[in-house]
Amino acid sequence: MSTKGLFTSFYTIVRKDVVRIFRIWVQTFLPSVVTSVLYFLVFGSFLGSRIGSVGGFNYVSFVVPGLVMLAIIMNSYSNTSFNFFTSKFFSRSIDEILVSPTPPWILIAGYVTGGIVRGVSVGLLVLLISLFFTHLTISHLLVVVSFFVLTALIFSLAGLVNGIYAKSIDGINIVPTFVLTPLVYLGGVFYSVNSLPGFWQKISYLNPVFYLVDGLRYGFLGFSDAPVAVSLAVLFAFIVVLAAVNWYLLKKGLGLKH
Amino acid sequence: MTSALVIQNLKKTYTNGVEALKGVSLEIEQGDFFALLGPNGAGKTTIIGIVTGLVIKTAGGAKVFGFDIDKEHEKAKAQIGVVQQEVNFNPFDKCIDIVVNQAGYYGIPRSVAIPRAKKIFDDLGMADKINERGLSLSGGMKRRLMIARALVNDPKLLILDEPTAGVDVELRRGMWDYLRSVTAKGVTILLTTHYLEEAEQLCNRVAIINKGEIIASGTMKDILGRLKKETIVVNLTKPVTEEILSSLSAYKPKKTDETAMELEIGEGKGLNEAILVLNQNSFQVESIRSKTGRLEEVFVHLTSDNNPDY
Repeated sequence: MSTKGLFTSFYTIVRKDVVRIFRIWVQTFLPSVVTSVLYFLVFGSFLGSRIGSVGGFNYVSFVVPGLVMLAIIMNSYSNTSFNFFTSKFFSRSIDEILVSPTPPWILIAGYVTGGIVRGVSVGLLVLLISLFFTHLTISHLLVVVSFFVLTALIFSLAGLVNGIYAKSIDGINIVPTFVLTPLVYLGGVFYSVNSLPGFWQKISYLNPVFYLVDGLRYGFLGFSDAPVAVSLAVLFAFIVVLAAVNWYLLKKGLGLKH
Repeated sequence: MTSALVIQNLKKTYTNGVEALKGVSLEIEQGDFFALLGPNGAGKTTIIGIVTGLVIKTAGGAKVFGFDIDKEHEKAKAQIGVVQQEVNFNPFDKCIDIVVNQAGYYGIPRSVAIPRAKKIFDDLGMADKINERGLSLSGGMKRRLMIARALVNDPKLLILDEPTAGVDVELRRGMWDYLRSVTAKGVTILLTTHYLEEAEQLCNRVAIINKGEIIASGTMKDILGRLKKETIVVNLTKPVTEEILSSLSAYKPKKTDETAMELEIGEGKGLNEAILVLNQNSFQVESIRSKTGRLEEVFVHLTSDNNPDY
């Protein structure tokens, strides 16, 4: 296919997904909005004042980057995993792309871009809601934008691996519930890792989500537990590995072709 | 002239050990309306799956208009439009979006795809359905939508895997007319169907596959020419008697109704002679028809386990 043809194919996959995301906004946007309002009410208005400040910031300002990250991670992941799995397992409409000359890397790019659109959109909505609860400053805009997009990219890629490989709907639900949620909650969303005892600090450094939350916190508050360069390096490493896994799975047709 | 599809020694063994294809070779010329027939599980859909990239072959190869499905798979796929056996579109999407998106996957921009899709919908008699969602369509309309989707990339080879399954007679005949018009434009068609009358009506060449092997292949005329015996149903103007059944004993007569009987003709037992015997016994023939399609008779004989002389 020509470059123009490849772009048309990419645009078609993205357009289809974005139309779907906005068509079912009650399922794609609303749950994260409601959840974040509850978090801000509980940790901001009810508990925040009793906790005091962390790193010189009031508690609700401290948790905003973590909650934004939680929304981006969950939404970008579920978008690609669920969207790909349903098109593979229920409607079998994934065949429309598989029989076409669209190469695997365009399919990956299209699905992942859809995941980024949803992840970043929901992240921005949560950020908007946080303004009702706290005054927010952005210390490094470029870092914030980079972490928004790169995090959504990583978890869209991870969700796509899950969607391609899952053999049942349980396979789609297990990872977010038993892997992602614990990683996010133990990744420093609600506390500074530096406040943990030495052993648990070291364990936290093994958690990839810690670097995402910490990097975004640096972008907003100008304060982080780990150097932002390390966080970015971790992000890029995951992107390369996950993109390679996706490409391999699609090229081989694992979980897709008989 | 390059063949539309060449399949060479294609083999497929599924992970559960089922040997679906045992070395199938097939050649379809450009412009053919080719029927690939076989009982359930014979290997038809596996062949189509391999050619369209949905099934991974175990061995062998295939070329679509000269493009190797392994080495030049993108070019090979660009030549093909496929209607699969199962309904496989997102039922929540509008018909026009399903077809236009399919064009997009072939690199065709929306500005070209939208008018092309509308023309195909028009030709298929479903112009009023373009803004309806897939789930609201009847079974027959879903099949038409899948044909529209398969044609939007202007394929040179159209593969139809049981496109009229579950479609009522009127709609099916309408689809036949449409497919005839498609092949008249030079599009090569590979059709699998369980309606053998359909294959007999539409196709000029045919291959019969059974248990993963091609057991007969040739022009429709050649295949039908293999039929040595045929069962016909004769309707008479008066009740069938024991005497007339006895007079026609060479034709293995079977009374099926008060005024109807089945006769086996062929192998030196001509139809004219049978009618002559009836007339000599003061029986007038009201109508004659074949009990089943001729292709159906060939098919049944070829694919039955104890393949008798036919």
